[in-house]
Amino acid sequence: MARLNPWRWAVLAGAGLYFLVPLAASVVFTVDVPGQGVTFDAYTEIVSTDGFGSSLLLSLELAAATIALVLLLTVPALVALRLGAPRLRPLVEVVCALPLVVPPIAFVAGISTVLKWGPEHLSRTPLFQTFVAVQNPDFPFVLVLAYVVMALPFVHRALDAGLRAVDVRTLVEAARSCGASRPQALLRVVLPNLRGALLNASFLTLALVLGEFTVAQLLGFTPFAVWIYSVGGSQAQLSVAVSVLSLLVTWALLLSLAVLGGRSRTPARG
Amino acid sequence: MTVALTEAEPAPAAAPRQRRRRATGRLAVLPLLAFTGVAFGIPALAMLNGALTVKDPATGATSYSTANLSASLHGAYLTALIGSVKLSAVSAVLAAALGLPLAQTVVTSRFRALREAVLTAAGVLANFGGVPLAFAFVATLGNSGVLTRRLGLADKGWNLYSFWGLVIVYLYFLIPLMVLTITPALDGLRTQWREAARNNGATAFQYWRHVALPVLLPSLLGGLVLLFGSAFAAYATAAAMVGSAVPLVTLQIADAISGNVLVGQENVALALSLDMVLVAGLVMAVYLPLQRRSARWLA
Repeated sequence: MARLNPWRWAVLAGAGLYFLVPLAASVVFTVDVPGQGVTFDAYTEIVSTDGFGSSLLLSLELAAATIALVLLLTVPALVALRLGAPRLRPLVEVVCALPLVVPPIAFVAGISTVLKWGPEHLSRTPLFQTFVAVQNPDFPFVLVLAYVVMALPFVHRALDAGLRAVDVRTLVEAARSCGASRPQALLRVVLPNLRGALLNASFLTLALVLGEFTVAQLLGFTPFAVWIYSVGGSQAQLSVAVSVLSLLVTWALLLSLAVLGGRSRTPARG
Repeated sequence: MTVALTEAEPAPAAAPRQRRRRATGRLAVLPLLAFTGVAFGIPALAMLNGALTVKDPATGATSYSTANLSASLHGAYLTALIGSVKLSAVSAVLAAALGLPLAQTVVTSRFRALREAVLTAAGVLANFGGVPLAFAFVATLGNSGVLTRRLGLADKGWNLYSFWGLVIVYLYFLIPLMVLTITPALDGLRTQWREAARNNGATAFQYWRHVALPVLLPSLLGGLVLLFGSAFAAYATAAAMVGSAVPLVTLQIADAISGNVLVGQENVALALSLDMVLVAGLVMAVYLPLQRRSARWLA
């Protein structure tokens, strides 16, 4: 019988130390300011700091738009694959896995190249207006496009697992036999059965967008993660305080996902 | 066609309905394919095209050549590429070596709650990367970090903004990722195998050497390349922490995109991106077959 022998204790204690010390030290760092003693100023300052509200709001808006768009694209496609077009399935699987092969930094290098075409080649065409519009700093839609692509592999995996657990075809046939129309069958029978998978996919996307830094920074926008970085240069205490808070929020989200939707086995990237 | 046979419907009625179903199926998949074609395909092609074109600074004419690619494999660019590969490999191997005993401890534990807690924490920590992680470590082990000051690490030559500093930080999300990837494989190790080995007189070491490790090997290697890819692609943590103190390919590309580069060298960044894609593609090409292989034992 497996018992907690000294070796196990050593492993667990080591892991506990390594994973807890940086968190504890961050809190100490923000609270215990040299020369001032214990103070909570760093936390109270956050809200009044320039750009906090607007960057957080921008991140939340981007997240909402990304979740809506990615679900709108993937849910009908994946349900349809189960119902009618199985031959397209390998194609969709490959397409959804492709973003994993392109690191975010390489992806953003490609995007910025495309965005440069706007002023260079298209300035006299109507397309130019589209290029300007997607880069509107108030709501950079180009980020939503990038985030949907980056979220695709995770959303696909989450939804696919959910769809595998229910027999979509039988559900739809049953609903149809009971007199439901096709849209009714999808909205009132299939979707409720996918609730866990949809939640899972949404939370993963939310966490991805809230923490995303690479694409936003290099395209020159300032959502929350970029804002934290920009405060970091001038106000060390403050930036660590914001990091601690953003961690707590993200973790609360992911933990609620673990409780609500069953533990996710989806390994995310770092 | 097999679908039509298994359905308990009269064949003549089923045929047109099925055709209609196929059509709506294609219609529903189309937006997804069109979207990825535009949002993913165009930047990817632009990158490929840019990596392979050279602009003559005098005449402004462009031509296809592999000059950028060979430039990306020389000098500072090569140093950065090697730096990234070295950092990712060292972090991945260490994370695998440390994550395996942790996962094994948790999997064979009698305490269900411990297992649940560790796995949930691993799921959360594996998602923890980027700027907040960098700042947490700066606050802990940076120049004026809490541990650095309390333990006087600076006098002992400690420097977080270095290769090994980055390794320590990367392990923070790589070890949990390893725990998550290897746990299903460890769950697949039957207790009967261990008992059978013991009944035949094998020591614990022999059991691991001849039974457990060979079964785990595909999963271990799969986890290893996954960790490698994850560390290789990481940018935010390094950017927020070390700036350009440690040469990394992601930092080089970022520099070039931000315009901090010699004129005429912009496309080298795209060539570096292409190098990264090739490495990441290689990682996936190794990972997917291994994953399939390990699935055989875990069924």
